[in-house]
Amino acid sequence: MKLDDLKTRLMLDSRNEEERAERRFYFIGLILSVLLTVASFASVMTGLLPRAWIFPTLVILALTQIVVHLRVFLHIDLSRQKREDLQLLLFTILLLSIMAFGTLWIMASLSARM
Amino acid sequence: MSQETNVHPGMNLGYSDGEHEAEVKVFGFWVFVMSDLVTFGLVFAIFGTMAGATAGGPGPEDVTDLKSIALQTALLLGSSFGFSWASLSMKYHNQRWRTLGWLAVAATSALSFLIVEAIDFRDWYHMGAVPQRSGYLSALWALVGLHGLHVAGGLVWMAAMTGQILRYGLTDQIKSRVTRMGLYWHFLDIVWIGIFSMVFLAGVA
Amino acid sequence: MEMTDIFGRLSWADLVLLDVFRSPSVDTAVSSGAAWIMVLGAAAVLVWLTVAGRWGWLWRDWLTTVDHKKIGIMYITLGFIMMARGIAEGVVMRSYQATAYQGGAFLSEEHWAELFSTHGTVMIFFVAMPFITGFMNYLIPLQIGARDMAFPVLNQISLGLTGTGAALVMISLALGGFETGGWTAYPPFTGADFDPGPGPDYWVWSIVLSGFGSMFSGLNFAVTIYKMRAPGMDYLKMPVFCWTALCTSILLIFALPPLTVAGLMQALDRLLGFHFFTNDLGGNMMNYANLFWMFGHPEVYILILPAYGIFSELTATFAAKRLYGYRSLVMATMSIAVISFGVWLHHFFTMGQSPSINAAFGIATAIIAVPTGVKVYVWMATLWRGRIRMTTPMVYMTGFFILFTIGGFSGIILANPAINWQVHNTQFIVAHFHNVLLPGLIFGIFAGIHIWFPKAYGFRLHERAGTITAILWIVGFAMTFLPLYAVGLLGYPRRSAAFDDPAFLPYMYVSLTGAFILLAAFCGLFVTLWISIRNRDSLAVPLGDPWDGRTLEWATPSPPPPWNFPVIPQVSSLDAFAKEKAEGKPYVQPAEYRDIELPAPTSAGMVVMVSTTALGFALTWWIWWLAAAAAFGLVAYFFVRSFFEYPHIVIPAIEVQRVNEAWIEALHLCTPVNRDHEDDPRNRGHAATDMAIAS
Repeated sequence: MKLDDLKTRLMLDSRNEEERAERRFYFIGLILSVLLTVASFASVMTGLLPRAWIFPTLVILALTQIVVHLRVFLHIDLSRQKREDLQLLLFTILLLSIMAFGTLWIMASLSARM
Repeated sequence: MSQETNVHPGMNLGYSDGEHEAEVKVFGFWVFVMSDLVTFGLVFAIFGTMAGATAGGPGPEDVTDLKSIALQTALLLGSSFGFSWASLSMKYHNQRWRTLGWLAVAATSALSFLIVEAIDFRDWYHMGAVPQRSGYLSALWALVGLHGLHVAGGLVWMAAMTGQILRYGLTDQIKSRVTRMGLYWHFLDIVWIGIFSMVFLAGVA
Repeated sequence: MEMTDIFGRLSWADLVLLDVFRSPSVDTAVSSGAAWIMVLGAAAVLVWLTVAGRWGWLWRDWLTTVDHKKIGIMYITLGFIMMARGIAEGVVMRSYQATAYQGGAFLSEEHWAELFSTHGTVMIFFVAMPFITGFMNYLIPLQIGARDMAFPVLNQISLGLTGTGAALVMISLALGGFETGGWTAYPPFTGADFDPGPGPDYWVWSIVLSGFGSMFSGLNFAVTIYKMRAPGMDYLKMPVFCWTALCTSILLIFALPPLTVAGLMQALDRLLGFHFFTNDLGGNMMNYANLFWMFGHPEVYILILPAYGIFSELTATFAAKRLYGYRSLVMATMSIAVISFGVWLHHFFTMGQSPSINAAFGIATAIIAVPTGVKVYVWMATLWRGRIRMTTPMVYMTGFFILFTIGGFSGIILANPAINWQVHNTQFIVAHFHNVLLPGLIFGIFAGIHIWFPKAYGFRLHERAGTITAILWIVGFAMTFLPLYAVGLLGYPRRSAAFDDPAFLPYMYVSLTGAFILLAAFCGLFVTLWISIRNRDSLAVPLGDPWDGRTLEWATPSPPPPWNFPVIPQVSSLDAFAKEKAEGKPYVQPAEYRDIELPAPTSAGMVVMVSTTALGFALTWWIWWLAAAAAFGLVAYFFVRSFFEYPHIVIPAIEVQRVNEAWIEALHLCTPVNRDHEDDPRNRGHAATDMAIAS
């Protein structure tokens, strides 16, 4: 009886530990996300960056933030049990880039040759 | 327990059979989200091809109110974060009121997002930046509107989930549904990252 | 309240049924006649259902079922109903072109344009798609050893959405007419400025709504194959058909969004005055062509891959050999699936982009021919030195082999942008795509029907009737479409309403004759079915394995019980059932029977079908109250429905045991027949296997 009690308590402790870790993880994600967003807005609003740099900066910041969100909020990582989700995601990104960049390439060429 | 380090939050279901079923459902939902991602990606691409097609009408510098966009971003991010907390409390505490409280935070925040966005749409309407004016504005309204519609749909879903939690408590099936809803909610965040940086910020840069 | 508040822009003038009375002519006689045939046909079905008291049967056994086998059969039935329309239109079109010399055709040009638009739309979206979806539905769970799809209710909803699309196209026959811009419906011709009428709206809503259904089907099949395979069935132990089905499903998931996006943008242009594809204010119709073919090209492979799967199963079974080069075939299928997303521009080489872009897509197109070539060699090697039985499926296979290769070669020619510029938009293109779709996909489907019909219904199709029909299809195809290569090279533009060069005439007459043979071939299918039903006792194969099959679906009785398998089979190799037979231990009795839980019937699919049909119809005719009611009803239904636990029915273990033991006992009582007696009444579906020697 007592042993069981102890076990339950230990398990609760480990769950608390886990919860704390997970909360910390979310907080880190939130902070990163906020920092990246602020950086994006700042790159446009402050005028500190040369004009030509703004767009590449925005692209890089957006992609970084997307990776952070995928990792923290959507729980994508390299572990085995997530492999199917990850493969699916990468495959989607492959097809989407073929389609999206193909579209931009074709349409840019068409408008240049009009 | 150690295997569970990165399972979707809330997925601590009791029996193995149900877990398999829930896993199948979550995977199926991932596939749906990916198909939706392609949809958004293509609308983005169309927007990209039409970014210059203002036909002499209002352009990005006229329709972009960065303060409003910043506010919308904060609200959506807040909503997503509220949802994470709802998932965590569902996973670790199994208390319905605590979960519902965080869901309410997420919903309120998302509703405020929609209101601010609607105010933007109204302003565009008043300045004549209607989709009938140019290809650029068509693409803008369609892309931002599609995201807004997704958020609105998510709110209806959240209402259904709230009702079900009140009615049934945090059963395995409801946990699995909330998990899928979480995927959807965080996915919409990612789309919004694309919108605020590529449509609005890049538009006025 | 005004009439327009209730009926939108719908008026008596839109009723095609009355056209012939308002202004009698051959043209209106054909259009009104078609509408009357449809309306009377539908009425006859309703009367029969009522008189025969079959409403309950229809509702309980079919419309509300979630059994993947029945859903598959319903898809294929839908495909045949729509095919009747598509073939009739084809014959009318060939007659039109045979009389179109110097504008002498017997129909108006408007009517001709509507015909080629509906024919294409119907054949691609509501014949070919339901056929392959039906086959995948029927076969996937049986082949991977599962009881049902991963999402049975969603499966039923997909069927409902496909039904919606088909219903809208059919309604257009009687109300208002379809669009006239071809099955691709390019704006701005189909935009509000040039065609405000209901035609393009019918197109948009039937395509968008059925497109959602196809996407959900793809999702369902992919998840089923990923997650529901029987224990022991690794990816490389899956039947080939499942591999092709998996790749098709992936294509469905990712290729439908471009079509949906194009369709919805077109709807926004038409309904709300947006400027995506218009001529003015920054609209760009080239975006439409681009989006449409981003779907359109993968679609070609969506349709053909399952047919490849059927041909692969067929060669192995009817040559009594293991498939030669299983892994190469799997690799080839996967490469096709990925490369098919990178070739779409070859449908518009002439649009005006730079030569380097054309070259890039031309090269990609030529590359995709390589894995297809691999498959042809795989089938040849499988047939090589096999013990081939020339049954009906093999007759189709022979036709496919020769004709499809010709079609494939013409495709490689078209991959070259320079040549493509010469034959672009001529009859050569019409010949090419009919040449790949008809011998490729349709022959595959019909061969598949001959193989799996006995599985679904418990009796074989009549062999002689089937063979004659198959030969009619082959001859009819060759006569109808091969001449079009020649007239295409001579410079006959496709879709033109008239021609002035008398050199085309002989070809047009041959082609018309071929069309009538195809019509006869189509009737031949029903004659075959009729003869087979009449002789069903001597053709019965209730024991389930008439062809000495290799995969798990043959290890069930015919028709299989609703639960498919009494216990989920354990798989240890490719062609699991063939291996068991070769080792002399098929049909093992399970050690223990358990209760089986199956999803209960639901009306969700019908609710979706009715409400989305109302929605599409309302948006076509601007009946706003109905559109709002249908959309709200749909959301409300699912909102409320989510509050209820989804019911299951339980099949008691004792019942499962009874059914299974009766079947096994019948098997023991029946002498196995060898392949020499495959066609005679001794074949009750218990095969004496050749496999020990052959594999």
